[in-house]
Amino acid sequence: MVTLMDKIVIKDLYLQYSDQTESLRGINLTIPANQISVLFGPAGGGKSTLLRVLNRLNDLTDVRAQSGEVLFDGLNILEKSVDVINLRRKVGMVFATPVALPFSIRRNVLYGLELAGEHRPRVLSEALERSLTQAALWDEVKDRLDDPAVALSGGQQQRLCLARSLAQQPEVILLDEPTSGLDPISTSKVEASLQELKQEYTIVLVPHSVQQAARVADMAAFFLQGELVEFSPGKRLFTNPRDKRTQDYVEGRFG
Amino acid sequence: MDTTAPRPRKRLAIFRTADPVLTPLIKACGYSAILFVIMIFVFLWSEGFAALGEVSLKNLFSARWYPIEEYFGLLPLIGGSLLVTLGAALFAVPIGVLTAVYISEVAPRWMREVLKPVIEILGGLPSVVLGFLGILVLAPFLRKLLDLPTGLTALAGSILLGAISIPTIVSIAEDALDAVPRSYRDASLAIGATRWQTIWRVTLPAARSGVFTAIMLGIGRAIGETMTVMMVSGNAAVLPSGLRALFEPVRTMTATIAAEMGEVATGSVHYHVLFLIGIILFLISLVVNVSASLLIQRKQKRSERVLS
Amino acid sequence: MTSSTAKRQRQQAAGFTLLTVIAALTIFVIVAILAYILIRGVGAVSPGFLFTPPSNGMKAGGIWPAIVGTFYLTLGTALFAVPLGIGAAIYLAEYARESTLTRVIRIAITNLAGIPSVVYGLFGLGLFVLFLKFGTSILAGSMTLAIMTLPVIISTTEEALRSVPQSFRVVSVSLGGTRWQTVRKVVLPEALPGILTGVILGLERAAGETAPIMFTAAAFFLPRMPSSPLDPTMALPYHLFVISTQVPGMPVQIQFGTALVLLVFVVGMNLVATLIRSRARARRQW
Ligand SMILES: Nc1ncnc2c1ncn2[C@@H]1O[C@H](COP(=O)(O)OP(=O)(O)OP(=O)(O)O)[C@@H](O)[C@H]1O
Ligand SMILES: [Mg+2]
Repeated sequence: MVTLMDKIVIKDLYLQYSDQTESLRGINLTIPANQISVLFGPAGGGKSTLLRVLNRLNDLTDVRAQSGEVLFDGLNILEKSVDVINLRRKVGMVFATPVALPFSIRRNVLYGLELAGEHRPRVLSEALERSLTQAALWDEVKDRLDDPAVALSGGQQQRLCLARSLAQQPEVILLDEPTSGLDPISTSKVEASLQELKQEYTIVLVPHSVQQAARVADMAAFFLQGELVEFSPGKRLFTNPRDKRTQDYVEGRFG
Repeated sequence: MDTTAPRPRKRLAIFRTADPVLTPLIKACGYSAILFVIMIFVFLWSEGFAALGEVSLKNLFSARWYPIEEYFGLLPLIGGSLLVTLGAALFAVPIGVLTAVYISEVAPRWMREVLKPVIEILGGLPSVVLGFLGILVLAPFLRKLLDLPTGLTALAGSILLGAISIPTIVSIAEDALDAVPRSYRDASLAIGATRWQTIWRVTLPAARSGVFTAIMLGIGRAIGETMTVMMVSGNAAVLPSGLRALFEPVRTMTATIAAEMGEVATGSVHYHVLFLIGIILFLISLVVNVSASLLIQRKQKRSERVLS
Repeated sequence: MTSSTAKRQRQQAAGFTLLTVIAALTIFVIVAILAYILIRGVGAVSPGFLFTPPSNGMKAGGIWPAIVGTFYLTLGTALFAVPLGIGAAIYLAEYARESTLTRVIRIAITNLAGIPSVVYGLFGLGLFVLFLKFGTSILAGSMTLAIMTLPVIISTTEEALRSVPQSFRVVSVSLGGTRWQTVRKVVLPEALPGILTGVILGLERAAGETAPIMFTAAAFFLPRMPSSPLDPTMALPYHLFVISTQVPGMPVQIQFGTALVLLVFVVGMNLVATLIRSRARARRQW
């Protein structure tokens, strides 16, 4: 039995970029552990922005104002005193466009551990095989781990990025449209491994389509122009939405 | 029961300032540029300011430079610098701009690949080598061609300074032309203009502030050039009397410093006046470069976005 | 209508021809300069010329002390300018947010780039030779040249750093990299060819300069090699200046030989820089 516990609790989160865009307007959301929580909605709704808040990647952008709380295991990660480096090790992220660093496949996967100062060969080789296997890439690359990673296909690179964030065993994985550039076969491979991974990790996913949202969501959150319209278990949200706007979007009437 | 293997749960600790040694070090490197400019000015000022007390303004603004007898008229030197620089601009500007146009708008690819490094080599030629050739080749040639008493004239200086400033003009003007959006040219070509007309009516006007900057920096380079002018322009500190003086020997501000600094006594009036000339040169380059960089900076507005 | 089109076509053809001629002339003049010095100077260059000191009031013998001196000065310049310049570029490209401060720094850098070389000479004389009491020395000359070279190194390095895709940094940071780790492991290695090019171009300029070392480092004639950084030194550009203006009855061949050696030094560095740049461009994968 899996205990349902609250991994991340977001309270009244508000965020404005320096160009005055109000990208998040008072979000309240609780992300349960060991589940796939899906954030979906039309473009510009603030989904990527929210993901970047969760591992403080927005520190790199021009955020003008931000308020509210994001409790990670009960600790507010928006506070200045938080060790962001440590936070980012616990909260991995996979971006929409796969970015292979200009290294070998091996070094790409192990880059996070390298940053953390991990040198023990046994730990490294174990992490390499485990994470590549979890990302459904091991069989394809096990014979050419020292080739440059850019030589991989787009779909393989995307799974490489997933493996890279799995290598240092984070607690949460944020995935921003991780299958937007993939063919249906690769997509289903990734989706299948996500179902495996949630045993061990908390997953927050921005899907690239409503169909994908419906396929994988344990919990689903519908975002519209910086507001959270509805957040409920996936089964209910996609069959019987509470909000009219959610219903319209899910049924393809706008967006 | 929790099915996941229990992971050691570290508390999120206080933010470690990334690198307690490196970050301040890197910042210090960044600030050093400001420090150097200030230091240069302070040292020029501390040595040159005294001249204003020791030499009357009337003397400084006279037309006679003859330090041994305490004549410190700067006008011949300023005039010499202006004359030589003007002469240099007269042909470096058209050649430089046209070459930039050629490279960015007309030249086939292979030609560009040849032209750019070759011009870069010209920019890297030590000025003393050009001065040497000026003495040995250019000056005798000019003397015969124009039937002058000596070829070591402002003109020789102008020609070589022109050559020195051409690479600066070409590279900055070319950047400016490259930055003109493709669509401007396409729009012009689409309404039936030839490529030649497009260059003159659309591309060059659109790039004018960059081209202007290029010209300014090229001229700035020419004013500050030292060894070449000292070697080829004859070193006569007389006030030039119009463009005819191009065919006579002159003496620039830079050449005066280079030629006389080695011989003056530290702390003498003459020494202070040479530093005063340094201050003038510093201020000229300050004005030229600051206005040029303001012109350029206004055009670059970066907004970087994180991946999403 | 058609006739005016034809006229405009002719105008364009004439214009393009003019531009081509100007460009060809430019190339021709530059190549001619190089070739002329090569042809007139190559006869003078021999092991004896390269590796012996001048003799007979510089009218005979070689240029070894000047070669060594230029090497020392360039090395000294690199020692100061390379770490400082790369550090400053890292600050501008990786650490600082655009602000009034960075704008002021940038203006200071452009300004350093524009200060006439003879003014650097004055500054070096005032600060290093007299105030800090280094005397006329390799140390004083190197530091003067280093400050002069700094803007070239900073701006080319910054450009090289900025050409590394932003996405690499984001990925590295998102995996828990500190800013310095990201710079050292991802950005610097990728930018290395560009940085090297900039460093060499900067040092090339330093190696060929005369005015900044005239009052800070260079000696007219030194029978022996400098033995410490606080010794004055001969240097190729200053030596060429001396033997082409200050020594009456100087054999022309020695002058051309000296000019050729200086050119090989400088153009050689330039070619190396160009080579590094074009090879890196060809290899780049992003
Ligand atoms: N770095 C930034 N600076 C300024 N505004 C930004 C920045 N990033 C995003 N925005 C703005 O914030 C709003 C939300 O953007 P965000 O990328 O979070 O939306 P999204 O829901 O992920 O959209 P998509 O489905 O297109 O990925 C948009 O209006 C966007 O223009
Ligand atoms: Mg997005």
